[in-house]
Amino acid sequence: MHELLQPGSERKQLLLGNEAIVRGALEGGVRFVAAYPGTPSSEIIDRFYQLAPEAQIYVEYSVNEKVSMETVAAAALSGVKSLCAMKHVGLNVAADAFMTLAYVGVKAGMVIVVADDPFLHSSQNEQDNRFYAKMAGVPMLEPATPEEAKAMTLEALALSEKYQMPCMLRTTTRVNHCRGPVALGDLPGNGSPPRGTFTKDPFNLVVIPMVGRKLRLALLEKLSRLQAEAEQSPLNFTVGEGKWGIITSGVSYLYVRDAVRDLGLEQRVKVLKLGFTFPQPRAVMRNFLRGLTRVLVVEELEPFLEETVRIVAQESGLRVLVGGKGDELIPKAFELDAAKVKRAMSNFFGVSYQSPEVFSIPQLPQRPPNLCPGCPHRATYYSVRKIFGDDAIYPTDIGCYTLGILPPLRMADFLICMGSSVATAGGFSKVLDRPVVAFIGDSTFFHAGLTGLVNAVSHDHRFLLVVLDNGTTAMTGHQPHPAVELTPQGKVQPKVNLENIIRGCGVARLATVNPLQVKKTQDVLQDLREHMHEPGVSVLISKSPCPLFENRMLSRKQKVVFEVDASCDLCKKCLEEVGCPAFVWEQPAAGASRIRINAALCSGCSVCAQMCKSIKPRRLDDSKGGNQ
Amino acid sequence: MARETRAFDAVRIFFTGVGGQGTLLATRLVGEAALAEGISVTMSEIHGMAQRGGVVESSVVIGNAFSPTIPDGEADILMAFEPLEALRALPKCHAQSLIIANTAPIVPFSVATGQSTYPELAALHGLIKEKVSNLMWLDAVELARKAGSERASNTVLVGVLAGSGRLPLGKSSWEEALKRTLAPRIVGINRQAFEAGYAFSRAGGV
Ligand SMILES: Cc1ncc(C[n+]2csc(CCOP(=O)(O)OP(=O)(O)O)c2C)c(N)n1
Ligand code: SF4
Repeated sequence: MHELLQPGSERKQLLLGNEAIVRGALEGGVRFVAAYPGTPSSEIIDRFYQLAPEAQIYVEYSVNEKVSMETVAAAALSGVKSLCAMKHVGLNVAADAFMTLAYVGVKAGMVIVVADDPFLHSSQNEQDNRFYAKMAGVPMLEPATPEEAKAMTLEALALSEKYQMPCMLRTTTRVNHCRGPVALGDLPGNGSPPRGTFTKDPFNLVVIPMVGRKLRLALLEKLSRLQAEAEQSPLNFTVGEGKWGIITSGVSYLYVRDAVRDLGLEQRVKVLKLGFTFPQPRAVMRNFLRGLTRVLVVEELEPFLEETVRIVAQESGLRVLVGGKGDELIPKAFELDAAKVKRAMSNFFGVSYQSPEVFSIPQLPQRPPNLCPGCPHRATYYSVRKIFGDDAIYPTDIGCYTLGILPPLRMADFLICMGSSVATAGGFSKVLDRPVVAFIGDSTFFHAGLTGLVNAVSHDHRFLLVVLDNGTTAMTGHQPHPAVELTPQGKVQPKVNLENIIRGCGVARLATVNPLQVKKTQDVLQDLREHMHEPGVSVLISKSPCPLFENRMLSRKQKVVFEVDASCDLCKKCLEEVGCPAFVWEQPAAGASRIRINAALCSGCSVCAQMCKSIKPRRLDDSKGGNQ
Repeated sequence: MARETRAFDAVRIFFTGVGGQGTLLATRLVGEAALAEGISVTMSEIHGMAQRGGVVESSVVIGNAFSPTIPDGEADILMAFEPLEALRALPKCHAQSLIIANTAPIVPFSVATGQSTYPELAALHGLIKEKVSNLMWLDAVELARKAGSERASNTVLVGVLAGSGRLPLGKSSWEEALKRTLAPRIVGINRQAFEAGYAFSRAGGV
C-alpha cells in the first residue's frame, strides 16, 4: 500500500509539506489531478502519479501548467473534485486560464497549489504569487507547516465547493520541503474511476463579452461574501499579548514565534497569524491594530499584507506605527529566517539583541552542480562547439542542459523562461550577422517551444534549433512527457513522435543524431552549418536517453568503464573541452602528473574515447552495479 | 506518549554533504527517532539542483522551536558528510556546537581538473578545531566498510550522533527509526553501521 493511502490514525507520520497536500486532497475526495512538474511543487504530482492506480484516481503529467489547469477545470466543472499544482512561474504560463476561470468557476472543489521559491533555490526568479490571487479575485490560503498544509488543502476544497470557484493554496519552498508530523484523517472509500456530469449552460460557461460582464459582477459579489468568510476564518488567529504586534503569514510565522521567545517578548508582543490571506481580513487586522502602539509586518518577498495593514490603519485613523519592508527591518529579497526576524524586531521595537558571532572561513573550492558523467547533453555541446565555435550565439532553455553554462562547455548565452530559446533565437537571427544555435530540452519543447517554432518557420527566422531529446524531464526528477519511450514496463512506442511534429511545422532542414556518436554528429552539424546561409529554420534532434533514467527504467547494468593509458601526452583537451566530472588531474608532490578517470564515476558513454586515442575501454565484471 | 521536553529545550542539527551521500536519509532517521520518542520535530530539505553533484543541505530541529531552518551561528550540531563541506558549513555553528565530520573527501570538479586545490585534511581539521573544540573527526566510510557496506556511512554518522548523548533519544527510538525508514532488506546492515558509529562515539570519539 502506498504510504499516503494508509487508513486514518492518531499516530503522526513525518510527511513532506507536498505529501501532506496530497494526503489532504485524498481525504477531501480529490479524484482528478493534473500538473506539470517544477521545484518545489514536483512531489505533489509525483506522489499522486505513484498512488493513482491503487487509489483509482485520474492523474496526468500535463504538457504545461496552462494545459493542466484547463484540464482540471473541466473535471471540476463536471463535478469531480480536482487539483493542479505548479511552481510559481508555472502560474505565469497558466495565468490566462486562471484569470477567467475565476469568473466561470467550477461545480466541485478545485485547488490550485502554487509553490513560490524565495531565494530562487531552483528557479529563475522569486515572484510573489499572492498578487495573482488578488488580481484574479481567487481566494487564497497560506500554510506554515506540513500539518497546516494538509488542513488547508481540505479547507481550500471546502471553500471552493461553497463558492463554486477555484481556491489557491500558496506555499513556499520551506513549506513544500519541510517535513513534520501530520495526523492522518480518514479517506473516503470510493474505489471507481472518477465520472462527472455536465449540464449545458453556455450563457454562464462561454465567456463572450456579454457573459463576461455578468460573471464579472458575480465574481465581485462572491468576493464580498468571501471577505466575510475570511473575517470569520479560524485560519486567522492571535497568540500572545502586549502593546506591540506582529502580523505574519506562512513560514514567516514560525520564525516570528522563535524570535518572540528568544527575545523574551512573550508578554509584550501579540502575533496575528494569517492563514486566509485573500480576501485579506481587514476587520481582523483593524481589531488587532486597535490599542497597539507598534506593529511589524513580517512576510517574505513583497509587502502584500503590509500595504493592506497600512490602508486599514489609515482608514481607521489608528495612531499605530506600522513597519515592514525596509533596510533595517524586513528585506524584500530572499528568504527570512529566525535571526533576520530577531534583528528586525530588535530594530523596530528597540529591544536589545545580540546576534551570534558568525565564524568566518577562507575561500574554498566551489561545488556547483554539474552535468552527470555520461550525460548526452555534454556530448551535444562538445560537438556543437567544435563546429560553430565561439562566434555563434547560443540561446538556451531550462533543464539539466542549462548546466552547460559552466566552463569548460560555456554553451549558454541567453535565457529568460521556458521556451524562450526558440523565439529569442529568431529575434537574434533577424538583427545579428552571426550564426544562432538554440538549445531546448524535449520536455521544454513540448511545454513552450512548439509555438515558437511555428512562428519562426512562418517568419523565415534563420537559426539552428537543437532539441536535446533525452527522453525524459530530467531536471525535476525524470517525469514522463508526450514522447516518452522508456517506462517501468520497458520500451514503448511514443504517443507523440517528436520528429513528425517538427517536420509538420515545415522546418527547412531536419536531422536526427545520437550525440554519443561524435564523428557522425559533427558531420551532420557541419552539413547544417553549410546550409545556414539559406533561408529557414534548421532543427537537429540530438537523441540519446538520460543514462540515470535509462538505468532506472530498464534496470540496465553498466558493462565498461574507460581508462587513460600510458600514451597520454597530457594535452588536457579532455579536461578543457569535454569537462566530464569523472576526470581527475593528478599532480602528486613527487612523481609525474597524470590524468585519470575515476572508475566509480565513469558511466561508460565512450565520448572521451572517441576524441582521444589514449582512452581505452575496460570490461567490467558484474560487481559494479548502479547505485542502490 | 509525549515527554517533558522543556528539560532540553531545543536542539538544532544541520546536515551537509554532497549529492548521493544519503544526507536526506540520515536527516529522516533523526526525525523519525524524535517522533518515536514523542518529541516535537521539524525538518527542512532542499531538493532540486543539488542532485547533480552539488552540495546538499538539510536540517532537523527537535524540541521547543518552530522554525525548520537554522540561521548562521545557531546550529547546535553539525553533521558533515564530507570534510570540505564541514568547513564550508562552519558559519552555521557556535563555539559550543558539536561537529561530527566524515573525513573521506569527495573532490569537487574544479579541483579534479586542477583549477583549484583541495585543502589538506589537517588544515581543514585545524581551521574547524580552532573555532569549535567539540569535534568528532572520523572516516565513516572506513567504519561502514568494516560494518559491512560502504554505502551505510550515512548511518554510521547517525550512530555517532546517537552515541554522543546530545539528543534525548533512547536506543529503542533509534531502532524504530531504522525500521520505519529503511527497506527491510537493508535494515540489518544499517543497524550494524549504526552500532559501529554508536560504539565509536561512546568510546570518546577515538
Ligand atoms: C514555467 C515553468 N515550469 C516548470 C519549470 C521547472 N522546470 C525546469 S526545467 C524543466 C524541464 C526540463 O526538462 P527537459 O527540457 O526535458 O530537460 P532535461 O532536464 O531533461 O535536460 C522543468 C519542468 C520552470 N522552470 N518553469
Ligand atoms: S540527470 Fe540525466 S540529463 Fe540530467 S545531467 Fe544527469 S545525465 Fe544529464
